[in-house]
Amino acid sequence: MRRSMLFLPGSTPNKIINGDSMGSDAIILDLEDAVSPDEKDAARILVRNAIRDMGFDGVEVIVRVNALDTPYWKQDLDAIVPLCPDLIMPPKTTSAQDVLTLDAYIGELEKANGMEENSVKLIPLIETALGVENAYQIASASQRVSALFLGGEDLSADLHCRRTKEGNEIDYARKRLVCAARAAGVEVYDTPFTDVNDDEGIVCDAKYAKSLGFTGKASISPRHVSAINEVFSPTRAEIDHAYEVIEAITAAKAQGRGVVALHGKMIDAPVVARAEQTIAAAEALGLGREAR
Amino acid sequence: MQKIVKSATAGTLESSDVYVELTPSDGGNEIEIESVVLAQFGDAIRKSAEAVLKQFSIENAKLKLIDRGALDCVIRARVETAVLRAKEG
Amino acid sequence: MSKIVKTLREAIELAGLKDGMTVSFHHHLRNGDYVLNLVMDEIARMGVKELTVNASSLFDTHAPLADHIRSHVVRKIQTDYMSAALGRQISTGLMQEPVEFRTHGGRPSDIILGRTPIDVAFIAAPAADEMGNCTGKLGKSACGSLGYAFADAQCAKKTIVITDNLVPYPLENRSIPETDVDYVVVVDAIGDPNGIVSGTTKITRDPVGLMMAQTAAKVIQASGLLKDGFSFQTGAGGASLAAAMYLKQIMLAEQIHGSYGLGGITGYLVDMLREGCFRELLDVQCFDLKAVESIRSDPRHMEISGERYASPSAKSAAVDNLDVVILGATEVDTDFNVNVHTDSNGYIMGGSGGHSDTAAGAKLAMIIAPIMRARLPIVTDRVTCISTPGSTIDVLVTQKGIAVNPARSDLRERLKAAGLPVKEIGELKEIAERITGVPKKIPQGDRVVANVIYRDGTLLDSIYNVPQR
Repeated sequence: MRRSMLFLPGSTPNKIINGDSMGSDAIILDLEDAVSPDEKDAARILVRNAIRDMGFDGVEVIVRVNALDTPYWKQDLDAIVPLCPDLIMPPKTTSAQDVLTLDAYIGELEKANGMEENSVKLIPLIETALGVENAYQIASASQRVSALFLGGEDLSADLHCRRTKEGNEIDYARKRLVCAARAAGVEVYDTPFTDVNDDEGIVCDAKYAKSLGFTGKASISPRHVSAINEVFSPTRAEIDHAYEVIEAITAAKAQGRGVVALHGKMIDAPVVARAEQTIAAAEALGLGREAR
Repeated sequence: MQKIVKSATAGTLESSDVYVELTPSDGGNEIEIESVVLAQFGDAIRKSAEAVLKQFSIENAKLKLIDRGALDCVIRARVETAVLRAKEG
Repeated sequence: MSKIVKTLREAIELAGLKDGMTVSFHHHLRNGDYVLNLVMDEIARMGVKELTVNASSLFDTHAPLADHIRSHVVRKIQTDYMSAALGRQISTGLMQEPVEFRTHGGRPSDIILGRTPIDVAFIAAPAADEMGNCTGKLGKSACGSLGYAFADAQCAKKTIVITDNLVPYPLENRSIPETDVDYVVVVDAIGDPNGIVSGTTKITRDPVGLMMAQTAAKVIQASGLLKDGFSFQTGAGGASLAAAMYLKQIMLAEQIHGSYGLGGITGYLVDMLREGCFRELLDVQCFDLKAVESIRSDPRHMEISGERYASPSAKSAAVDNLDVVILGATEVDTDFNVNVHTDSNGYIMGGSGGHSDTAAGAKLAMIIAPIMRARLPIVTDRVTCISTPGSTIDVLVTQKGIAVNPARSDLRERLKAAGLPVKEIGELKEIAERITGVPKKIPQGDRVVANVIYRDGTLLDSIYNVPQR
């Protein structure tokens, strides 16, 4: 279950070594924007050693490498791929071709390192207008792609508009990305909420993202992690209701009834599908039936 | 044996980091360590620094580490970074 | 009649100070205090030697004491806390006689029981009248509570009040009464307001600290103690204050009305009082300006003496009814013993203060500490110095899990049932050592430089010198 993804600058040991203590489901060790050009080498080596030796406990490890239009991305992949992190995040992904370029190079590294084919997965970062328009092609370009991630800051710049707290400027991109990801059968993650000191704003922003269909949300601050986790976890009432739905449908099937109602409302296929998603999420979080 | 051709630094003086200074020297490797945990980890720090120098076959380095309680993987990373920077033409 | 004496020297002479006697000081002016140095310098000029200094705490500003030790003006130190400037010198063998560390409860207890008699007490007073009625609540050097000075004033053979703010007699809203005071001396300044209290005590921004604080608040919630009538003490540092912030959110959300907040009081506890989390604050010491302002103006914010706070020999003390205390540690061992006296290299840099008093009294004594500091694991096989016995500590909260004292299986079950990450304390040690490596043992000298006296008067542990290379 991945609700929250916390960005950690790849050049700061102090932040990296405590990364697995901040409560996020995943950490993103960043070699890109958080690292200045003259520290790219240092961050790459530091992140490589940290993944190898730290044994990050109970969190997924994602590495954001540098973009294809930089001189760093191959070296980044050379250092990181052999450690097989849970996901690699390529930034500024604009087309299916970008994914295929990465796919081919990662394939070579897998082979050279005796790794299983296609074991390294991708979460392309979509942060350009072109990327948004190509989102479905990106999501379905390779079986390595297991999720899409929206980057609101760079996207706003590319759209020639200001990034606001309300986020109207990225609304289309959010909806488009959810639709593209779901169409391709992959997960989808929302852009960070960047006002670190706004504890209410993060809750609103995360709730809105959840309402659109996002799987989870990234954060640039540990302060936002618990709010994100809470919003993207099913509530007790939702979980209980989901079990009721499944019980009702099971009982109806046993009795050979086709049409089922619960508390006076029809249970149709989408309701059952949502109930199953809720139960899967609850069980992944240890909030399943036995935890009641 | 690999030659270091120039001086290089890596790391910072922030907590949990180590600042590494590498300079070419004439007679063998020389390691100087300043650390907030010298009594507890001085030997371990020296061993790790030596291991990285050996890995890159460096035999003419003067290495100075100013350690702020960095973990082993950080010490090794910073020394490696300094070595690679010092080897660049 | 007036008790005003023109000069400090005259007052000391009138008090009859002789070689080998004991002088005492309180630490309410903290690192801004001028009085201890002022008095000791004068005593040195008078040629008096071989004194015992009994001070409730010693801060970096009191480092000049080292010179008085070298010149034999001071022979012995009794205190509850000693910061690094002096502590480091003590640890390298400055004194012939070991320092006696007590607790904030043990000190007044031993003074009142006559175990540590005081010849002359020097009471720095932010406001006083000419008969010696004095208070910490008023004046440019206001520090709020004078809690730790009560036993000194009451039991010393002679008590000298030193003030920079003489007010008309009678100062009725006084802390220490004229009945205890022999002489009053007026000086230009008793302290530097900037060092006396901090402007505002700020909550940590360290994400690890906030994470632990959140867990600490959940532990309190799960402990079963958080209900109407709840009483609470927390420190002013690091994650402790942040834990109070999260606790406040829970108390307000669940409309829990506590009874009292205790101890060193910060603006955060004052906010909790004002918002209805507590009925009263019992204040032995103020940490910031907001606390000083509150104790001056809010009748629910009460000054209490060190004896009332924590004395083990009083018929009862406020710590005895404490539900929860949150404390810090430099080391915790696998038997839950806590060290707050020395740093990881064995140098003195602290002291119990109220640590072991509150741990002994509270129903839930909780330590919050990161699993490692720099590269040093917090959990060790045996702490360098036992400041607080493990039998009085219930829980250790770190960012990598919570350890519960095996004697508290009830609590352990409650925390587990609440879904909190309960681990064995040995496991926390292993987790840290997997990340840091196993630290080499620090060489310890063979000379005792300080003795830690538990609140009941027994010897708890000794601190040895740190050998110099």
